[in-house]
Amino acid sequence: MLQRTYVRDALVIGAATGVFGVAFGVLATTTGFSVAQAGALSVLVFTGASQFAAVSVAGAGGDPITALGSALLLGARNAFYGMTMSAHVKGSLLKRAVAAQLTIDESAALAIGQRKPEDIEPAFWAAGLSVFVFWNLGTLAGALGGDAIGHPSALGLDAAFPAGFIALVMPALRTRAGRVAAVSGLAIAMVALPVTRPGLPIVLAAVGALVAHATVKTEPPAESP
Amino acid sequence: MSWTVILLLAAGCFLEKAAGMLIFGRFNATGRFRSVGALLPPALLAALIGLQTYGDGRDPLFDTRLAGVVAGGMAAWRNAPFWLVVVIAGATTALLRAL
Repeated sequence: MLQRTYVRDALVIGAATGVFGVAFGVLATTTGFSVAQAGALSVLVFTGASQFAAVSVAGAGGDPITALGSALLLGARNAFYGMTMSAHVKGSLLKRAVAAQLTIDESAALAIGQRKPEDIEPAFWAAGLSVFVFWNLGTLAGALGGDAIGHPSALGLDAAFPAGFIALVMPALRTRAGRVAAVSGLAIAMVALPVTRPGLPIVLAAVGALVAHATVKTEPPAESP
Repeated sequence: MSWTVILLLAAGCFLEKAAGMLIFGRFNATGRFRSVGALLPPALLAALIGLQTYGDGRDPLFDTRLAGVVAGGMAAWRNAPFWLVVVIAGATTALLRAL
């Protein structure tokens, strides 16, 4: 199983998110959440940016509606990832519901980073499950006071994540449509950043996909439907 | 934060994910949805890369982070394996911060 590249990559992503999980567990418990609540957030909400936002808002004394709003805005992009992955994850309603819970930046990115179409779905599951395990173990360790692993920024993980995403988006950049989508998505997000609430720039970046679809003549599909 | 808020948050975040996976999945058979759907991750992930790198614009860690992202990005451009890209980016930034 380990000779599959996407399994190794999924473990790397999982381990890195685990360190952020520790940071989340520490933040949650130091801002007044119980260990059980921190753990429940990571199992049930399972989308890092939303969890950090909710806990930060609550920790700063914000009201629950603001916390919910901020978190849901940051999680909205997962709907788009789900839309993409629904073309690849087939099967029972239960299987697709589990897949939905595992739909996050990392699982979508590793899935679309695959060069072989038949690797897309297994890569999605590998990344989703790996991140789920490490993220929750990290949260628990952090919540129980195990902050010995070091802060994510001291390990350079705040640079490792965007760089890892660059590696995973690289195959998509080999098509003209993918390049147009990426460049317009990036431009839209950076323009929107100073004038919108956190989370919205990435949602608005979805327009980049429409721009690419409308302006680039479709290349022959890699697989027949 | 109360348990009620935690459960509402969990339900809301799941519904967002499920909206894409379960509802849009029904339309995905048609060519146009499929084609736009395939272009969403590069658009969203490029935005995410930009936002994660930039931070809030006042972050004192921005310079060292950018150096790591550029180093890792160049490795990715040269088709380095994923783990190596991650290690190069993380190590570059961590070393610059330790100096």
